[in-house]
Amino acid sequence: MSDEEGWFAGGTDPETAARRVREGSADRPRDWPALAVEGGFAADESEYYALLHEATLAATRAAVREREAADDKQLVHAVRAMDDADRVANELAERVAEWAGARYGESGGGVGFAREVAAREPADPGEERLVALATRVAELADEAETLRGHVERTAPGVAPNLSALAGPVLAARLIALAGGLKELARKPSGTVQLLGAEDALFTHLRGQAPSPKHGVIFTHDYVRGTAPEDRGSAARALAGKLAIAARVDHYSGERRPELDRQLDERIARIRARTDGAAGPDTGDGGGSS
Amino acid sequence: MSLPEGVQRRTFDGEERLATRGEPAYGEPTDGEWRLWDAGRSKLGAMLELGMDTGLAGGETVLYLGAAAGTTVSHVADFAGPTYAVEFAPRPTRDLLDVAEPRGNLFPLLKDARTPRTYAHVVEPVDVLVQDVATRGQARVANLNRQFLREDGRLLLALKARSEDVTTAPEETFEAALADLEYEVLATERLEPYHEDHLAVVARPNSG
Repeated sequence: MSDEEGWFAGGTDPETAARRVREGSADRPRDWPALAVEGGFAADESEYYALLHEATLAATRAAVREREAADDKQLVHAVRAMDDADRVANELAERVAEWAGARYGESGGGVGFAREVAAREPADPGEERLVALATRVAELADEAETLRGHVERTAPGVAPNLSALAGPVLAARLIALAGGLKELARKPSGTVQLLGAEDALFTHLRGQAPSPKHGVIFTHDYVRGTAPEDRGSAARALAGKLAIAARVDHYSGERRPELDRQLDERIARIRARTDGAAGPDTGDGGGSS
Repeated sequence: MSLPEGVQRRTFDGEERLATRGEPAYGEPTDGEWRLWDAGRSKLGAMLELGMDTGLAGGETVLYLGAAAGTTVSHVADFAGPTYAVEFAPRPTRDLLDVAEPRGNLFPLLKDARTPRTYAHVVEPVDVLVQDVATRGQARVANLNRQFLREDGRLLLALKARSEDVTTAPEETFEAALADLEYEVLATERLEPYHEDHLAVVARPNSG
C-alpha cells in the first residue's frame, strides 16, 4: 500500500477498511471522497461518507480498547514495582538496623531509622558502607512513595469506578492480582473477595484451616474498620460492588457515582447490626442487590 | 456578527444561549430539537458567543484536533459538513464514539495530532481547522496540520497558556505561540469570562 493511497484502497469491507484506518498513513491529504468515487469504491459521496463513518467508528472502537488494555498493563507494572520497592526497602532497613545496632550500640528499626543512619557523617570505611546502604534504603523508600503517587494518579484513568470504590492503590493491586482489568472484570465476586489470599485458601482446601474471609481487600476501611464478627459480610458486600465496578470500567468506562452510594448504604446496614440498631438487612447472602 | 447557519440563539431558563439542532449528546438542556451549546464548556462556543468573526457559515468540511469527549465537536457536526475528530487519549474517545455514532458526518479518530501522517489517508482537505489540544507546542501542532487546510480555509485555535508554561505570564506565552504560528493571524481575543487564560485565534494559512 503506497503512501499515495487512501484508507479505502485495500477494499471497503468493514474489517479491512477499519484496519487500514488504524494502521495506514499518507504523506499528504488528498480529495479522498472524489478519488474513492472515481476508483469505484463508492457509488457517490454519500455512500463514501457512510462507509467512512462505519470504518472510523470500528477502527476507533478497536484502537480505544487496545490502548486501554496497554494502560492497565502499565498500571500493573507500576503497582508491583511499588510493592517490590517497599518490601526491599524494609528488608534492607532491617539489615541496616542490625548493623547499626552492632556498631553504635543503639538501635531503631524500619526505614525511619535507616534515614537517621543515612544522615550520619561516616568516620571510617566500614561506617561509610553502612551509611551508603542506609542512603540506598532511604532512596528506595522515596521511590516507592513516588510510585505510589504515580499509581494514585493513573489508576482512576484506567478504572474510574474501581478506583473510586477501592481507592486507587487497592484498585491497582486487584488488577495486578487478576492479571489485568479484563481478567478482573471476568472474575466472580467470590474470587475478587479472596484475591491475594490464595495461600490461605489452599490451606483451607487441604482441610487445615478455616476458610479465609478476605484477601487483599482487607486493607479497605470497610473491611478493616468493621467489627470482626461482621467482617465476612462486609468483605462479601465490598467484593460484590468491586466486581461490578471492574465490569463497568472494562465494558463501558463510564463513571457511575451511584455505585459508591450503594456500597456506602450496604456497609452502613451491616455495621448497624453490631451497633445494636439492627436494620432490615437480609443477612449475609448475596453481596449486592 | 452573524452566527453560522444551524446555530441559533434560543431561550433556556430565561436566557439567550447558543444552540444547535441534533441528537442530545451529554445531558445538555434541550428546547425541542435544539440543544444548548454552553460557551463555558466549549471554546469554540465562547468564540461565537463573544462575537468573533470565525468565518463559519455552516456546511463546511472540518478537521477538529483535540476533540476530547466530543462536547464541542458534537455541536460542530450539527451545523457543519463532514467533520473529522482527532483525539489522542483513549478514555475520552469512548465518549466521543457515543457522540459520533448517531452523527453520520462525524468521523472519530484515535490519533496523535502531532503526527498528521497517521490520518492523512483518511482526512480530506478541509475548510476549517479547529484546534483545542492541551499539549505543549500548540503552535507547532497547528503548523503541522496546515497541510489539511484549503488555501482560503480558516484556523480556529484555542491557545491554552497553562499547557505551554505554568511559570510564565499568559500574555508572554500567547505572544510566543503567535510568533511561532505559520499563519496569517486575522483576529485574537481572550476567552474570559468563559475560559481563563485562553486566547482564541482566527487565522488563515499564509501563502508563503
